Amino acid sequence: MDQLLVAVATTRDRAAFRELFDYFAPRIKSFLMRQGLDAQAAEDVVQEAMVRVWQKAHQYDPAKARASTWMFTIARNLRVDFLRKSKRPEPNVDDPALVPDTQPGGFALTAQAQDAARLQAALADLPNEQRVVLELSFFEEKPHPEIAEHLGIPLGTVKSRIRLALKRVRSELGEDE
Amino acid sequence: MTITHHPSEELLLDYAGGGLSESWSLAIATHLALCPACRREVAGLEAVGGGLVDVLEPAACSDGMFDAVLARLTDDDAASVTVASPPSVPPAAAPILPEPLRGYIGADLDGMAWQRLGLGAYQYLIETDDGATARLLRIPAGRPVPEHTHQGQELTLVLRGAFSDATGHYGAGDFQEADEHLAHKPHAAPGEDCICLAITDAPLRFKSLAARVVQPFLGI
Ligand SMILES: [Zn+2]
Repeated sequence: MDQLLVAVATTRDRAAFRELFDYFAPRIKSFLMRQGLDAQAAEDVVQEAMVRVWQKAHQYDPAKARASTWMFTIARNLRVDFLRKSKRPEPNVDDPALVPDTQPGGFALTAQAQDAARLQAALADLPNEQRVVLELSFFEEKPHPEIAEHLGIPLGTVKSRIRLALKRVRSELGEDE
Repeated sequence: MTITHHPSEELLLDYAGGGLSESWSLAIATHLALCPACRREVAGLEAVGGGLVDVLEPAACSDGMFDAVLARLTDDDAASVTVASPPSVPPAAAPILPEPLRGYIGADLDGMAWQRLGLGAYQYLIETDDGATARLLRIPAGRPVPEHTHQGQELTLVLRGAFSDATGHYGAGDFQEADEHLAHKPHAAPGEDCICLAITDAPLRFKSLAARVVQPFLGI
């Protein structure tokens, strides 16, 4: 997938774009329907997401993120500014006031997380209750008190399940705390 | 810049997941500009989000959808990428305020129009869309901020100078999360004025009667 995205950026490769579409469009649709969108509305937003992929492919850096991670950020940002009509400010890497990352291999930590097979295995191995709170945090943008209400469990339990889930994913990926 | 106080993992997760509204995101994003360690942390959380996208159950798409997308593509799209964030101000020398904060203010520290709060303190209100209040606060060196409690959450990011309270010492880049249970008495460190970005989701409530009388005038 990463190389397909690079091909779209560098050679405007429509065949590669088709493959990306076939993989991601049904997943992004699923992602959006988890937010309560009906199938038609979800497809409208998926179309918008795929157009953005075409427009912004040149911003993708395979050394920094997997294509799925980049797609996740596209879908997340669409949800914020297209559905919620809000803003999600971000740091600007070209800003002279940004403090640069001097740690050699600054992305080594995420390089581990770029191992798709290990990451997916780690997520699949999570106890169901931990995976559910993680999915709610990422896909349904529910604040933690709402997740607690939704699941009928105390807020402290939501927080500890999230912590446990992230800790477990990290240790499965061999990251140091 | 040595940062010892970082946002909680929970707050970084909410930022990575897109669940934070504009004011809170502004505080996190500005900390990220100053803190490479938290940038790596957020990149790692986004990678987890990417992993969850991979394992999502795909929902079948309608037949005509790819063609509809194709019809909207042009080969030179890449050249016309628009940025939705507030217009950035080109820095004169090395700016002190990082993006995205500088763009929200439209100036660096030396070009700001501060609003006097009394007691030697100043504020600058930042426009956001979420009902929370985002502001820069400037507390004179060595002076206390009146003791107060919060009805809601408060995030504070130090940009220049430092402050201390019962929970510790906060220098440039440090990040504090406080909730309604914390009655703290921040005190600006001597040396230079303490300038911080403060986000509150309810008006601050000062504890002493004198401070309560003065509060409406302070507007905080
Ligand atoms: Zn940090």
